Amino acid sequence: MSKNGLTPVRTALPNGVVVLVQSTKTQPAVAINFAMVSGSVCDSADHIGIANFVAHVIDRGTSSRSAEALAEAFDNRGLSFAVRASRHRMILACNCLTDDFEMVLELVADIAQHPSFPDREVGKRRVEIETAIRRDADSSAEAADDLVRALIYGELHPYGRRVSGTLDSLGRIDRTALIDFHRIRCVPKGATLTIAGDVNPSAVTDTVSRLFGDWSADPPVPVSLPPVPEANGRRRAVRQLPGKVQADIAYGFTGVARSDPRYHGFRIMNNVLGQFGLGGRLGNTIRERQGMAYYVFSGLEANIGPGPLIVRAGVSPANVDRAIASIDDEVGKMGADGVTDQELTDAKQFLVGSIPRMLETNAMIATFLQNSEQFDLGMDYDARLPGLFEAVTLDDVCDAAESLLAPDRASIAIAGPIDEDVEGAVSP
Amino acid sequence: MISMRDKAPVPTVRSTVLDNGLTVLVQEQHAAPLASVWCWYRVGSKDELPGSTGISHWVEHMNFKGTTNIPRDQVKGIIERHGGSWNGYTWIDQTTYMETAASHALDRMLFIESERMSNCLYEPAECESERTVIISELQGGENDPEQLLDVEVTATAFKAHPYRHPTIGWIGDLQRMSRDDLYTYYKRFYVPNNATLVIVGDILADDAFRLAEQRFGAIPSVSLGDRTRTQEPVQTGERRLTLTREGSMAYCKMAYHAPAVDDSDFAPMLLLDAVLTGAKGVNLWSSFEGQAPQRTARLYRALVDGGLASSVEGTLLPTQDPFLYTVSVEATAGTALSSVEAEALSVLDRIRTDGVTETELERAKRQFRARLVFETDSVTNIAHQLGYFTTVATLDLYHDLPRRVAVATVEQVGEVARRYLVPSNRTIGWFQPLNHEGEHSPLVVSGLRRR
Repeated sequence: MSKNGLTPVRTALPNGVVVLVQSTKTQPAVAINFAMVSGSVCDSADHIGIANFVAHVIDRGTSSRSAEALAEAFDNRGLSFAVRASRHRMILACNCLTDDFEMVLELVADIAQHPSFPDREVGKRRVEIETAIRRDADSSAEAADDLVRALIYGELHPYGRRVSGTLDSLGRIDRTALIDFHRIRCVPKGATLTIAGDVNPSAVTDTVSRLFGDWSADPPVPVSLPPVPEANGRRRAVRQLPGKVQADIAYGFTGVARSDPRYHGFRIMNNVLGQFGLGGRLGNTIRERQGMAYYVFSGLEANIGPGPLIVRAGVSPANVDRAIASIDDEVGKMGADGVTDQELTDAKQFLVGSIPRMLETNAMIATFLQNSEQFDLGMDYDARLPGLFEAVTLDDVCDAAESLLAPDRASIAIAGPIDEDVEGAVSP
Repeated sequence: MISMRDKAPVPTVRSTVLDNGLTVLVQEQHAAPLASVWCWYRVGSKDELPGSTGISHWVEHMNFKGTTNIPRDQVKGIIERHGGSWNGYTWIDQTTYMETAASHALDRMLFIESERMSNCLYEPAECESERTVIISELQGGENDPEQLLDVEVTATAFKAHPYRHPTIGWIGDLQRMSRDDLYTYYKRFYVPNNATLVIVGDILADDAFRLAEQRFGAIPSVSLGDRTRTQEPVQTGERRLTLTREGSMAYCKMAYHAPAVDDSDFAPMLLLDAVLTGAKGVNLWSSFEGQAPQRTARLYRALVDGGLASSVEGTLLPTQDPFLYTVSVEATAGTALSSVEAEALSVLDRIRTDGVTETELERAKRQFRARLVFETDSVTNIAHQLGYFTTVATLDLYHDLPRRVAVATVEQVGEVARRYLVPSNRTIGWFQPLNHEGEHSPLVVSGLRRR
């Protein structure tokens, strides 16, 4: 990033594709990030995991390039290329050398618009996803995370489901369903192409118009999120994973949407609770003072809808109850008493001061701009961000804490070598 | 065609050695208002003696717990108030600490590192508290079957060299070691003549050298004593092990003794790995970011495209002494490990017999060239690489590595395949999951036809 901040060039093609270009000269390389509004919230109830499945196959053949030809094109240039589905987006992201940029952008355009979903590739990727689902089910960390999201959001809300779906739902998804999903959901309207690196913005815009300008499709039917179930009491679930040595805890609440005007106050609250230094107050208590866990932290995922705030810790099975009591204690104290003036100052200094680090690489810049567009934050968001943090008052943070942090409304998930008679235990 | 070297000349790295033996490297990098400071110590788990395994890593943890001039409760916050991040890690050859923050905080970062070098407290209660944190870290790793297998394969592949024990240590040693053991180790190895200080960022080199002298110049050098290590004898036969535990996924690892970074075989070996599993570059710090380009790689095609595995990864890292080239495979659900192993060994045998093609070699070189660019995209990554290579080898070797890769020939890559990928040089490990009744997990029919 320039020391004077980002200066992206934003254009919108007639078909709805928004193009953001940030020129940097630090490396002979370019980061490309193409996001479509086809994340897992678009999964239908009987095809949970289909967005993720499409993301796994979309780059395995197009109407004019075989899987083999794409593989050669990627590997001959050393591309770091990945496609993933998040809750609200399907993102094609890659880094390439400047010399390869135009050819790589052409590949991205072809993959996004003309995937062919070859039968053979659908079969191979299905096996990979099945394997990943089994692997995650055997991971105490993944299992605890999945379980707490299911507790918070329930089965009917997309935030409560696994992006990759289940073995059952995967079995119901065939090639035709993948093609239909792509046709209906992977469309130019709402898509954002972000390019950061050693490029000339005006030349890039012309190239993008040539590659994406003729793409047309009906706008997707908007997805409306159901309301998040209200947390009326404390909930707890346990997944037994015999053979593991350590237990993972996930302890969460429903957080806020990214558009919530209180968002920056929540960011600061979360920083004090489970981020600052080595895990904030939670790290001080559970790791530093009690020596109970190698890792403990909290994460706030503000999204289109109210994403969760989740505390995570890995502890000895014998210390599970003690660790949860400590989390309860810190969460309860912050909910009741808020944060101190010094903590507020420290968190602001950290969050404002870390902006240049957050925008150091081409990939980081591309992601930042992509988020700015997705959440309608403006192309000057990096310049406004310090002021937004500085404007947060102690009362804002205390109010955020009071509204969210109540142990008697916490959803708590534990996965690991836990005794079967533990309250809420479920079989693997 | 313009080559990368023409477009991006090697940036200037200036260096000096203080009177106390501390090596200082400085590279100006003015793209962002940031600076990264890394302090490297030539001590890692290979320097540990029986009974003290894991001590390097434990000492690393203790060196975040207050110093004479940084009270325990003020450790957190110094760097954060400048928007910075900090961290550290220990591996087989090295221990390192880093801060990246606003460049105007350079002196704060140097102050922290100078304190860490000479004034850490080692309060007994803190040592005890950290014992359980580290045991928790070890147990977290044991939860992951692949990590568990990696530890066992490494311990089987080496029978004499201290690379054989895990960096985190064996549990019995972690339960036994005392505060005095830790402190003695700290005082022996955390000395300027065993360290390299690296500064990269939006700073002036002359200022950086002056500040480094001010902060570190008065720390006395100390004799490091004898550092003889047992050399690993040549392996004379294939070794095997099988782990069984409850779980759902099966893993296979094939580890071959491999050349050290300063060996002329190292660059051809990197290219051999690129042909087999895709080029990863040589940055341990950023190696977890981004997928290697591997869809045309031989093992990917045979195992992943062949439906036998969901992932395959090759690992060859720059090390001071000869370490391992490891191929790690996660079998797809329902695939027998014997099938995975047979196919992988078939590919490895073929490349050992027939070598690589010109097309494969050129692709591997292009991949490697791109990875070298991607893995030095920040002041943090640049500083890491300068310090890493200075610690395990030399800075000149780092700067020469692109040339060594560029000039490697088909014959040289074929030759390392012939010499290193022999059965007698390898250790094969399986992680065979048991279902929850204690039996081998049932095979699951999936949607893909397999051979």
